[in-house]
Amino acid sequence: MVWKTHDYDDIPGTYVFDGKVAHASYNINKMLFTFNTEECRSEFDKDPSAYCDKFGVTGEFKDCVVNKDFLKMLRLGCNIYFMAKIAIPRGTSVQDAGAAFQGITTEEFQAKLLKNREGLEERLAKVGGYWNG
Amino acid sequence: MARIIGGLTSSHIPAVGNAIEHNLQQEPYWKRFFDGYGPAKDWLKKADPDVIVVVYNDHGLNFFLDKMPTFALGCADIYHNADEGWGLKPQAPFPGDAQFSWHIAESLMEQEFDICMCQEMLVDHGFVNPIRALYGTLEKWPVKTVPLAVNTVQHPVPTAARCLKLGKALGKAIESYPEDLKVVIFGTGGLSHQLQGERAGLINVDFDIECIEKIATEPEWMTQFSNSEIMRLAGTEGIETIMWLVMRGALQDDAKIIHKHYHAPISNTGAGVLVLENQS
Repeated sequence: MVWKTHDYDDIPGTYVFDGKVAHASYNINKMLFTFNTEECRSEFDKDPSAYCDKFGVTGEFKDCVVNKDFLKMLRLGCNIYFMAKIAIPRGTSVQDAGAAFQGITTEEFQAKLLKNREGLEERLAKVGGYWNG
Repeated sequence: MARIIGGLTSSHIPAVGNAIEHNLQQEPYWKRFFDGYGPAKDWLKKADPDVIVVVYNDHGLNFFLDKMPTFALGCADIYHNADEGWGLKPQAPFPGDAQFSWHIAESLMEQEFDICMCQEMLVDHGFVNPIRALYGTLEKWPVKTVPLAVNTVQHPVPTAARCLKLGKALGKAIESYPEDLKVVIFGTGGLSHQLQGERAGLINVDFDIECIEKIATEPEWMTQFSNSEIMRLAGTEGIETIMWLVMRGALQDDAKIIHKHYHAPISNTGAGVLVLENQS
């Protein structure tokens, strides 16, 4: 049995949510999927560890959940959209996670994003035909 | 017969819904992004479609990873939005058109697209935010909807080439429906972005602009790229751009460009609004 390799494996700093990753993180994603429902969220809040056990979330994954280590959760292969369901209400945004991956602050991360805004009108005017305010 | 008037594209990220919810459209960060929707809204008002087909991806509201359809079509008379777990307020339910949807399902199947049919389908921010950006926030929506969900979350996801072909089949399906319906297709999501990994925050403005240009005039260009290549250029979540091709494929080859708008960054993404109109 072998997980086959892919063209995307060597994209730097990039983890594609494919079968290999989805298979390994299935239980935690399944648990996080239940967080769409308020009743499940409050059941989790009462006893996070017991809630993990109910879904077979064990080992490092369980440690991440109990310790609210959302970044490690992603590193272990938890899906970003499912991670958001536990992290955002607890004050960690997707941008916070992105910044943490780069080892910079969220403000620095946002400043890097804003660099894409520089000279945008000029670039679009050069291509032509764009709404430009 | 039903007629496709045109198509348009929109970002669907959660931040757009939050900005609308908190009335931030004229704040400096958001102003240029939302103002660029003006001509698209005007066109849509004039086009006055009876039905919109919204091509989007679910982010873990309706579909879990246990059963992940590549293409899933809503075939119901109503679609509910719901709590996604992180605070966006659910919107009023969206009316569907079951007869029209089932016709599309039958036609797609005849054209060898083996679609997943959904008689119940919760629609998430991917579906809701473009509608709110274009119609506003309403208690009663003025248009019927057909959700068409594309898996862009769990790989393997369909190729750009496959999405363009699906669009062509969708166009044939719609235009073979006997009722005189006016239809507009929404292609949502994209453009470049990557949410996680050390490369998080990637936006590729040059590639985004090239995608807008080529999808408008020469969409086959996009089919040269494998999904790995698209992710290399546009980030892992930038793969959503393939959904624009479903919209584009449903339109005429010589569809007229009505409006082009691009803004970056919006949250972590490059965001494009493209409005195309079929020749009557």
